[in-house]
Amino acid sequence: MSKWLNPRSAFGIVLIAVALIALPFVAAMGGQAWVRIVNFAILYIFLALGLNIVVGFAGLLDLGYIAFYAVGAYTYALLASPHFGVHWPFWAILPIGAAIACVFGVLLGSPTLKLRGDYLAIVTLGFGEIVRIFMNNLNAPINITNGPQGITLIDPVAIGDFRFSGTTQILGISLSGPQKYYFLLVALAILVIIINLRLQNSRIGRAWQAIREDEIAAKAVGINTRNLKLLAFAMGASFGGIAGGIFSAMQGFVSPESFSLIESIMILAMVVLGGMGHIPGVILGAVLLSILPEVLRYGVGPLQMALFGKMLIDPESLRMLIFGLALVLVMRFKPAGLWPSPERKRELGEKPAGGA
Amino acid sequence: MDIFLQQIINGLVQGSIYALVALGYTMVYGIMGLINFAHGEVVMIGTLVTITVAGTLIKVGMPVALAGLAGLSAAVLVCMALGWGLERIAYRPLRNAPRLTPLITAIGMSIVLQNVAMIVWGRNYLTFPHLLPKINFEFAGASFTAVQVMIVVVSGLTMAGLIFLVYRTKLGMAMRATAQNPQVASLMGVNSNRVISAAFVIGSALGALAGVMVGTYYEIAHYQMGFMLGLKAFTAAVLGGIGNLAGAMIGGVLLGIIEALGAGYIGDLTGGFLGSHYQDIFAFVVLIVVLMFKPSGLFGEKTGDRA
Repeated sequence: MSKWLNPRSAFGIVLIAVALIALPFVAAMGGQAWVRIVNFAILYIFLALGLNIVVGFAGLLDLGYIAFYAVGAYTYALLASPHFGVHWPFWAILPIGAAIACVFGVLLGSPTLKLRGDYLAIVTLGFGEIVRIFMNNLNAPINITNGPQGITLIDPVAIGDFRFSGTTQILGISLSGPQKYYFLLVALAILVIIINLRLQNSRIGRAWQAIREDEIAAKAVGINTRNLKLLAFAMGASFGGIAGGIFSAMQGFVSPESFSLIESIMILAMVVLGGMGHIPGVILGAVLLSILPEVLRYGVGPLQMALFGKMLIDPESLRMLIFGLALVLVMRFKPAGLWPSPERKRELGEKPAGGA
Repeated sequence: MDIFLQQIINGLVQGSIYALVALGYTMVYGIMGLINFAHGEVVMIGTLVTITVAGTLIKVGMPVALAGLAGLSAAVLVCMALGWGLERIAYRPLRNAPRLTPLITAIGMSIVLQNVAMIVWGRNYLTFPHLLPKINFEFAGASFTAVQVMIVVVSGLTMAGLIFLVYRTKLGMAMRATAQNPQVASLMGVNSNRVISAAFVIGSALGALAGVMVGTYYEIAHYQMGFMLGLKAFTAAVLGGIGNLAGAMIGGVLLGIIEALGAGYIGDLTGGFLGSHYQDIFAFVVLIVVLMFKPSGLFGEKTGDRA
């Protein structure tokens, strides 16, 4: 741990800390909407890091990851809203949500252990769709999920009497709801990042890498591939479940619409575009891909007005058009992602003909 | 019994469409080993081009059959160009990249195509011109239309043509050789770039044909229609064993029939607990169950690749 004592990295850490504390106040200058956008970016970091365990570490292509997010979100929504009249505290539900998501992860993982590559991709995709369809339709004959209308009036996070919604004064500083959530999210994000960093270089992390590189060889050196693959699914899923619970509390509203396949694809894009298996890269990918559409949302309309004096193209489609092009261009020129791990970079440099 | 027969007929029609689209996925996969995620969007563009071309020609006063044919040819040409372009832009530069990279570019292209379609054709549902007369047939208590007969016959003929192409022509032989081993194939004088382009172009042409069929069948089209259709067709391709032509055809028809029967009987089977809006679940449940027992699909070969 000696590198933490190095004055240069200590200075860097202080700088990052100051930036992280200042960020919600800077963002608030553009309106509370921007603070919310930053919050969602952090939530996407959770999700991308969770998916990174499955895809990046263990090499299992999962296209239904959003299902676990949905499970976590609905668990919180059902246990802390007037829908069933249950109002459990946030901290009690979060582990429950993570546990249920974890069970779903194993449920998805166990029948798919034999599958490889694209077969696994389509099964996970199907699994995600199945979960979404059930959420959309489980309002009859017994109303569990309230169908497409979703669940509203979900309780916000609270610690004792301190509620995370609404504005409060702390030490003379006025903090809005999104700003309070921001600090909660940052604290959790740091925890999640530390867990991921420790996990990557642990015995388990190295075993996952071995499975990713060559499953048969991994088996041959005595790695229990079945259990470790299940563990990857379970851990990835519980991160998704936790993120879902926070989403639910922050948003106060969940509906199946938030958990469509395109969301799974977006999270996968964050992982791959950032640099699969490399934690800083994945964080970068999550931040970029969650902020870019929002910047474009506010940018393309005025830009067209300035350039042509009128709206030539519907800004909503133009924004997604640019987003899609950005995905293509980045992958075209940085095939290993924007910030790949050094090992991966070396591998790609060494054998251009092989492909991973 | 007549419900059963009716659902089989409906499933067969839907399944033929799935099969045609699935062939596009499976041809590309068989040769290059990658999922062309933008294929559903190619199908969508095919439908919308037909609407514009055939619709305009009918308005000008051209006979319906001729206008329909012109629309179909336009759709096929546009989609072939699109397939060729897709390969050049999104896949060829990434041939040696990590496996997931082309998946993301494909998703990017799919987003681009969807939004281009939205800019060109708008957000609203478009009605597909009536290209075939409305004739109803009755058979053993089940009824079906001329459109349904046309869909099954045309897709059957097209698939036969494709089988001929792949197994009886020089291009087909080159394709099979490239699928087995691109390096060795190019040593034998096969231009593998051309073969890969050909696979994309042919797959897209089949997609355009499927798009026209979807349009005539449902008489409605939308810029987002390619997504679910592509997903189902891809499921069908995997069900049959991706990379295998016959597998894609059988998988497509099977999926169509399973879905139709599922939608027809799910209420009875679950005592009314689950309604027909669970129809979409069937495709995926069947897929998961099949893959549990046959990890590379019904007719697929054992593969050693991974994500």
